[in-house]
Amino acid sequence: MPEIKVTPLGAGQDVGRSCILVSIGGKNIMLDCGMHMGYNDDRRFPDFSYITQNGRLTDFLDCLIISHFHLDHCGALPYMSEMVGYDGPIYMTHPTKAICPILLEDFRKITVDKKGETNFFTSQMIKDCMKKVIPLNLHQTVQVDDELEIKAYYAGHVLGAAMVHIKVGSESVVYTGDYNMTPDRHLGAAWIDKCRPDILISESTYATTIRDSKRCRERDFLKKVHESIERGGKVLIPVFALGRAQELCILLETFWERMNLKAPIYFSTGLTEKANHYYKLFITWTNQKIRKTFVQRNMFEFKHIKAFDRSYADNPGPMVVFATPGMLHAGQSLQIFKKWAGNEKNMVIMPGYCVQGTIGHKILNGQRKLEMEGRATLDVKLQVEYMSFSAHADAKGIMQLIRMAEPRNMLLVHGEAVKMEFLKGKIEQEFSIDCYMPANGETTTVTTNPSVPVDISLNLLKREMALGGPLPDPKKPRTMHGTLIMKENVSFMLVSSEQALKELGLNEHQLRFTCHVQLQDPHSDADTLHRIYTHLKSVLKGYTIQHLPDGTVIVESIVIKVSSSAEDSNTKVLLLSWSYQVKTWTLFLEGLPMQSKPGSSPNHLVIESLF
Amino acid sequence: MKLYCLSGHPTLPCNVLKFKSTTIMLDCGLDTTSVLNFLPLPLVHSPRLSKLPGWVSKDGTINLEKELKECAGRVFVDAQPEFCLPERELLDLSTIDVILISNYHCMMALPYITEHTGFTGTVYATEPTLQIGRLLMEELVNFMERVPKAQSATSWKNKEIQRMLPGPLKDAVDVWMWKRCYSMQEVNSALSKVQLVGYSQKVELFGAVQVSPLSSGYSLGSSNWIIQSHHEKVSYVSGSSLLTTHPQPMDQSSLKNSDVLILTGLTQMPTANPDGMLGEFCSNLAMTIRAGGNVLVPCYSSGVIYDLLECLYQFIESANLGTTPFYFISPIANSSLEFSQIFAEWLCHNKQTKVYLPEPPFPHAELIQTNKLKHYPSIHGDFSSEFRQPCVVFTGHPSLRFGDVVHFMELWGKSSLNTIIFTEPDFSYLDALAPYQPLAMKCVYCPIDTRLNFHQVSKLLKEVQPLHVVCPEQYTQPPLTQSHRSDLMLELQPPPMPYRRCSVLNLPFRRRYERIYILPECAVIVALT
Repeated sequence: MPEIKVTPLGAGQDVGRSCILVSIGGKNIMLDCGMHMGYNDDRRFPDFSYITQNGRLTDFLDCLIISHFHLDHCGALPYMSEMVGYDGPIYMTHPTKAICPILLEDFRKITVDKKGETNFFTSQMIKDCMKKVIPLNLHQTVQVDDELEIKAYYAGHVLGAAMVHIKVGSESVVYTGDYNMTPDRHLGAAWIDKCRPDILISESTYATTIRDSKRCRERDFLKKVHESIERGGKVLIPVFALGRAQELCILLETFWERMNLKAPIYFSTGLTEKANHYYKLFITWTNQKIRKTFVQRNMFEFKHIKAFDRSYADNPGPMVVFATPGMLHAGQSLQIFKKWAGNEKNMVIMPGYCVQGTIGHKILNGQRKLEMEGRATLDVKLQVEYMSFSAHADAKGIMQLIRMAEPRNMLLVHGEAVKMEFLKGKIEQEFSIDCYMPANGETTTVTTNPSVPVDISLNLLKREMALGGPLPDPKKPRTMHGTLIMKENVSFMLVSSEQALKELGLNEHQLRFTCHVQLQDPHSDADTLHRIYTHLKSVLKGYTIQHLPDGTVIVESIVIKVSSSAEDSNTKVLLLSWSYQVKTWTLFLEGLPMQSKPGSSPNHLVIESLF
Repeated sequence: MKLYCLSGHPTLPCNVLKFKSTTIMLDCGLDTTSVLNFLPLPLVHSPRLSKLPGWVSKDGTINLEKELKECAGRVFVDAQPEFCLPERELLDLSTIDVILISNYHCMMALPYITEHTGFTGTVYATEPTLQIGRLLMEELVNFMERVPKAQSATSWKNKEIQRMLPGPLKDAVDVWMWKRCYSMQEVNSALSKVQLVGYSQKVELFGAVQVSPLSSGYSLGSSNWIIQSHHEKVSYVSGSSLLTTHPQPMDQSSLKNSDVLILTGLTQMPTANPDGMLGEFCSNLAMTIRAGGNVLVPCYSSGVIYDLLECLYQFIESANLGTTPFYFISPIANSSLEFSQIFAEWLCHNKQTKVYLPEPPFPHAELIQTNKLKHYPSIHGDFSSEFRQPCVVFTGHPSLRFGDVVHFMELWGKSSLNTIIFTEPDFSYLDALAPYQPLAMKCVYCPIDTRLNFHQVSKLLKEVQPLHVVCPEQYTQPPLTQSHRSDLMLELQPPPMPYRRCSVLNLPFRRRYERIYILPECAVIVALT
């Protein structure tokens, strides 16, 4: 039986460093190639030596697919393709291809220029790596090679995020990347057709959460920001430059407009303008409302939100600042945080998930004293709020996706083990399918049971269909006769036996059944035969009945001959002979309009009625 | 397998393919050349057009002065213009399962097919085709509804009467099939039946047939279609281009190994080179402006206009036209320009690269930003106060029978300083100009048709090698006016199967095999025995 193997190199019972290997139908595919925000050492990137110790990755992988531009899904890409070495195809959607290099460059700058790390990928490597990328369109079926095909579906989550359906023959796997099942202010909801994959590999960030309505969360968020501004505090919102940032910007922009607020909103410089421009050019990837109205009013042209300058952080009075990165692990958001942390009037709102090891994670866990570089400690006095705005599917959403795709097996990644365990139980209970949650480096093997494609000769199909009457009944199974031919390099063929004999160059041998029936009749042999012929002609309407000059009567394929018995010329011996296809014989008999005596055999019936 | 041909227009096709018990309509083009028989619809009251004499036959027996007007030596119908629809009697339209659209020019008859016919199927089109097609329909409806004409003219359509009329009305065919424009409500209802598809997406129809659109290189989102089962393949080629303009290049290799290739939408101007025409367009434009005249470009609001603007963007500075205002007037001008910028996935590689920067893919964004190009929904409103001459105006409709262009014809036609430059190949420019004669303005004919020419198509067919080719009969003989040009026709072995309006062709197909699936349990038994 064929097998599909799935091995996470990252994101196995963990969030971050997404990188999953799939072996299906003799093809090896890597899904995502991310970095881990929580580590600064080797554990930052997936362990590619798992795939091969010294060989080139290109020889072992048929393709690499990146689901979206977040660094925990694409951050290790230049390292893998340029430093470890991979020249095969890399697939991602157009927006991801556009935005991914910018985030990678940003990541590189922070790591190399600010932290002074060496042995890291260079700007040139990012460029070279992006040259290997083949853009994917939604729903386009891409033929990676003759057997492997992939198809992208809309995933919500961030601009350009995609789920991907991977198919070899009749086996298939779906990988969701990160996705969102409820539309928000700027993105639509994920959607997939009933593709019935053998395995559905789903993220499970919010495996145990069923989030309250989005409207409530938004109202809460606005209320907190508003209160803070009212009492003259400063609000820091650490975000990724692209993604939740635009969502919250749209939210604040409309709120400021409605409430006629004056406090400034800033967006940390650099990426802002550019980021919003991507949203304008890739407007077809946003939700329906924005797409519909973009000609009249482009939602990504903000009136109240202005570019931030480092010096503004010390300005007196209230303000709201969006700053990158989102987990407070480096860069501008961390700098501003350090400045504002001491004042209890201020507030930091964490709008997304924070990976273990980051400052974001620490303060969310209530830590109030932070050890900073150089042994300094930082007292956290400002208010810390957590608001889940990250666009991941919650437990309800994950179940909804399973209902959509109807997978045969489920495999969870991109989540915490304890939460996965809970969801796994729920899935197995509700859908009665197996659910797996391999750890990093652990392989899950699923046995598949694919149907075998066969080409049937149309002649045969039509002939067999016709036997069951004019309209075949789809509800009733039927036996059909044919010969299955397996030849090398050709798909299986199901043909009629005559054709099979011809193809194979074999002679046909016929198997016939015969029986002798004795009866009393004083006429000559020829007359007896003629009487049988005329009788059959009268009772079997619609059958071809022939009286041949060589002294035989043929009814369809049944041969009847008459001879006198050697002892008594009044005793005639009837020879009946028919081929092994009993059906014809039965049909022949069904056509006879006479009463059958219980227990009498069919051929006696024929004879009795004659005399 | 049968092909029902509902349109005789080779570039505005409408065919129905019956294949493995599915009924598939390929395009539904609307032949608008019929509007040339109608009087223009002026936006502003025109004393000239309102005082035309009615038509009475020479012997005075037929009096149609209410319906027909004599203008510049020709007779025109004085009613709301009507279009020539695809044939609706050849087969029951309610039996159509799906309609495949190849590009936005080939879907303009959609509401006539999907509304009030019992149609319950699905329409498949790419996103740019749907969005721009919707805009073009909106524009058409707007042009008609802006200048309402209550009266409808039907008496002249009577066979006995039509016979007596002067040409070209006398020779117009199927006039009883001509219909007025649809309403916006019908457009919305028709387009609600559209399901979006992406290039190379495989769409299963009832598990019997798989259809898939391929890039055709002609316009934003334009596609050819593959219709196939496991063992048979039909390619439908419609409006394709191998020139490097703004759309994604044509996908040729996927057309290989077809049993039948249905070929429509070749260039209507086989002897005009698009690059040469573009050069002529620019030089005539510059010459007129320098001499103090205005330039009128009657055009569709999407398509070649993007290329014209891009060409002008490079040309303006070198030709010292930096201060000349360029106007684009159409109810959908703004939308068309905006929409063109958001379809990165559907553009050629160069333009995609620009979006990655991120910059708008088309340079008309910059023309608008620098105020060199201004767009207005109509000549009324802001335009009338901001309008400066000499200028260049792009506006529709290219038939010169309705839309804002009618106004500019009346306004500028009398001066020999002005020039009208025809770029659209759909209408004979002499017929388009007929109701405006005598004209003093210069007329330049630079039709730009980027679709495949005969040379390109024969090379393509040699490469993809279909077993049989089906095409409109027009492609199997040289054009009437150039009967010696045997290079302007398709010469193939075996010869192509020609069709005309109302033809029903039996496609030469021998289906031998069908794909079935054996359950694994059953396969195991087979393998063991």
